[in-house]
Amino acid sequence: MNLRPILSSLTRHKLTVLLLVLQVALTCGIVCNVAFMIADRVTQMNQASGVAEDELVMIDSIDVDARTNPLARHTEDLAALRGIAGMRSVVAVDALPFNANDWTSSLDTQPDSDINQAIASVYNGTPGELRTLGLHLVEGRDFLPGEYLPVDSANNGAGLGQVSTAIVTRALADKLFPGRSALGRSIYPFSRPARIVGIVDHLLRPGPHETGSNDYSALFPLLPDTAEVTYVMRTSPQDRERVLQAAATLLAKVDGNRIIRRPQTFEQMRADHFHRDRTMVGMLLAAAAALAFVTAVAIAGLAHFWVQQRRRTIGIRRAIGATRGDILHYFQLENFLIVSGGIVLGLLLAMLLNLLLMKHYELPRLPLFYLPIGAVVLWTLGQLAVLGPALRASNVPPVVATRSV
Amino acid sequence: MFGYYINLALHSLRRNPILTALMVLAIGLGIGASMTMITVLHVMSGDPLPDRSGQLYYPHLDPWPAPHDRSANPHAGDNLTLPDALSLLRAQRAPLQAAMSGAAVSIRTEQGGARPSLETGHYVTADFFSMFGVPFHAGSGWTRADDEQRARVIALGSTLNRKLFGDTPSVGKIVRLGDADFRVIGVLDDWHPQPLFYADVDGRAFGKADEFFLPLQTALDLKLGFNGHLSCRGDGDDDRTSDRCSWLQFWVKLENPAQVASYTQFLADYWRQQQAHGRFPQPVNPQLYRLMDWLAYKNVVPSDVRLQLWLALGFLGVCMVDIVGLLLAKFLRRSNEISVRRALGAKRRHVFVQFGTEAAAIGVAGGVLGLLIAELGLWSVRQRPDGYAQLANMDVSMLLGTFLLAVFTSVLAGLLPAWRASRIAPAIQLKAQ
Repeated sequence: MNLRPILSSLTRHKLTVLLLVLQVALTCGIVCNVAFMIADRVTQMNQASGVAEDELVMIDSIDVDARTNPLARHTEDLAALRGIAGMRSVVAVDALPFNANDWTSSLDTQPDSDINQAIASVYNGTPGELRTLGLHLVEGRDFLPGEYLPVDSANNGAGLGQVSTAIVTRALADKLFPGRSALGRSIYPFSRPARIVGIVDHLLRPGPHETGSNDYSALFPLLPDTAEVTYVMRTSPQDRERVLQAAATLLAKVDGNRIIRRPQTFEQMRADHFHRDRTMVGMLLAAAAALAFVTAVAIAGLAHFWVQQRRRTIGIRRAIGATRGDILHYFQLENFLIVSGGIVLGLLLAMLLNLLLMKHYELPRLPLFYLPIGAVVLWTLGQLAVLGPALRASNVPPVVATRSV
Repeated sequence: MFGYYINLALHSLRRNPILTALMVLAIGLGIGASMTMITVLHVMSGDPLPDRSGQLYYPHLDPWPAPHDRSANPHAGDNLTLPDALSLLRAQRAPLQAAMSGAAVSIRTEQGGARPSLETGHYVTADFFSMFGVPFHAGSGWTRADDEQRARVIALGSTLNRKLFGDTPSVGKIVRLGDADFRVIGVLDDWHPQPLFYADVDGRAFGKADEFFLPLQTALDLKLGFNGHLSCRGDGDDDRTSDRCSWLQFWVKLENPAQVASYTQFLADYWRQQQAHGRFPQPVNPQLYRLMDWLAYKNVVPSDVRLQLWLALGFLGVCMVDIVGLLLAKFLRRSNEISVRRALGAKRRHVFVQFGTEAAAIGVAGGVLGLLIAELGLWSVRQRPDGYAQLANMDVSMLLGTFLLAVFTSVLAGLLPAWRASRIAPAIQLKAQ
């Protein structure tokens, strides 16, 4: 179809066309970035924690009486908990991914130096932690029974200075010893070396950290000995609620003089941890939908007015031989041109907005493939919105040409 | 004449009921979304102590070396170590000053009938209550002498007091924290400053109020449970009493610029004195943040909320462009009518006012709808499990603001089309037909 008449007709409505182009551009720019933010959030929310999430349940116990010996208390509790039907294994730990109990420590590769140092989260637990959490050991071995020491929390965690072995995540190993095998090498939590005896593929840190360091975790053979401890129990997915209830009753029976808190499944904890991100994703989706709606209204509304305005012209065209299809295609093509103009401007705007977001909200760079997707979405939106008015235009009878208004 | 314009506007709007409805909906959505987020931001940026905040300051002394990489936490040096906090406290260079830290302990009554429960509160020093104007229902806070003597006294929040003692007077009674006994010295009235500015506000600045207060040094002595960040440098264990671990918040009250100046001088002198002992490696740069500046510096408004506001404003912008375009097309569609009116003697400004009225009618309807949508939006914000959720309510000023925004937006959006319509020349249009 010849573009000339369309273009010359558009130049008669410069201001209106300009506004529509601007609107499509704004929508395109915002929607591209919103889509990217949604994808970014969803990726964060789906991060693998490294543990067997659908088989774990947890319960916190806090001793009230300061004379209680925490080590003995944990041993007694663990023995009792193991007796619950359906319990595969149970350990006492001081931290878990998402539970915000974050003990971070700097780890050096040489005594008293800053070279290659990494800040990592420290995980401590009773023997069997690896198996209970379902961590995937990719190299080396688990801790040996003789390697365990108390954290010594009465002396502010002095145990970390005495420990002789450690298991680290793959990400932390690569950070500490880039390009070399970390197995068998020593790290220095304080001034004494701890040998890396095993490497696990993933273990997310208990709290949020800078991008790229979310998997910097180290496990130590240290027995938790604070008044507050978390019992992690592994069972089959369908037994979780029952095991959790049995554990709460049992712990209260073993010793009633304590606070039993936060019985929950790992999945609940994960959902709580990400509730803000879920809200944000909902907001972003709503914003994208509302923008698309408003733009569709603008396109359809304008087309509607233009069809009304041009009824006589359309009638004349029909009278001198244009088919219904010709009229339909005219409006569709016109819409395509306007939306295309908006998209060109919108893609520039998308990049610009992304730069702003990168600066103020630490968002990564917008991958380029979002741009063609955004363009296709807007073209489709435009065509759908214009279809109604265009069909009405194509139904204008030729006889209109003979009427005066 | 104006009544006639309103009639004309309504008549014109009724001719395209669907389109009119869609325009009203678009502007309503834009205004509703914007006002929801502006209200949320407004309540979150509120002053927690409106009548005192001008005289409250946070002294900022960064004891650590300058961070060597950009991604490091910029707030690592915000808290004080215990030796520094005690030095500032004992120097008493401000009329009032207090050190504090978050607390979490198990509490029950002496009789021990009920199960103990884990409660959160603050360990503070004596001036805390008078400095922040904490209202007491009964009793009072403690003295500086009580601090130094590690007195076992506790002030209870109203909720916890009711939970432990019901409606009976509780001052002088004993509560048990872990296995130590504390005497109740005061009971607070309802006191919920939001955000909880004096806490270690990284992360959770809004939400539950403190349930109890007790002397900081008593808590250290008894090794009660602490809440909040503990950041230690160098080799060695995480000892709260050492000068390698920072974890305390500190506030001072300074009543006039002279006091502010002399306190800043005192902090600088302290910094230099510490440098002589090999501490505080950074160049001398003590800061005194006023309360509201401190909240801004600590970013108490989550970045998600700010992003949501920008998103809502961007959406409102798109809605405005939308309305301008639609009104323009609509008005120009009626070029014939306009040129006839002009030919019959209507002035440009008459045409302008006529179409301006039509735009304003859409704006007012959009504003009413926007108000409803904003109330709905705020209701949905209140359903969020965040600490700030319960604050999301519209007060009278925000209500008025919404309406003004609506009328302002739509009049602004109507100006251009109305102006363009008023420029239509009488003769040419008549000729064209």
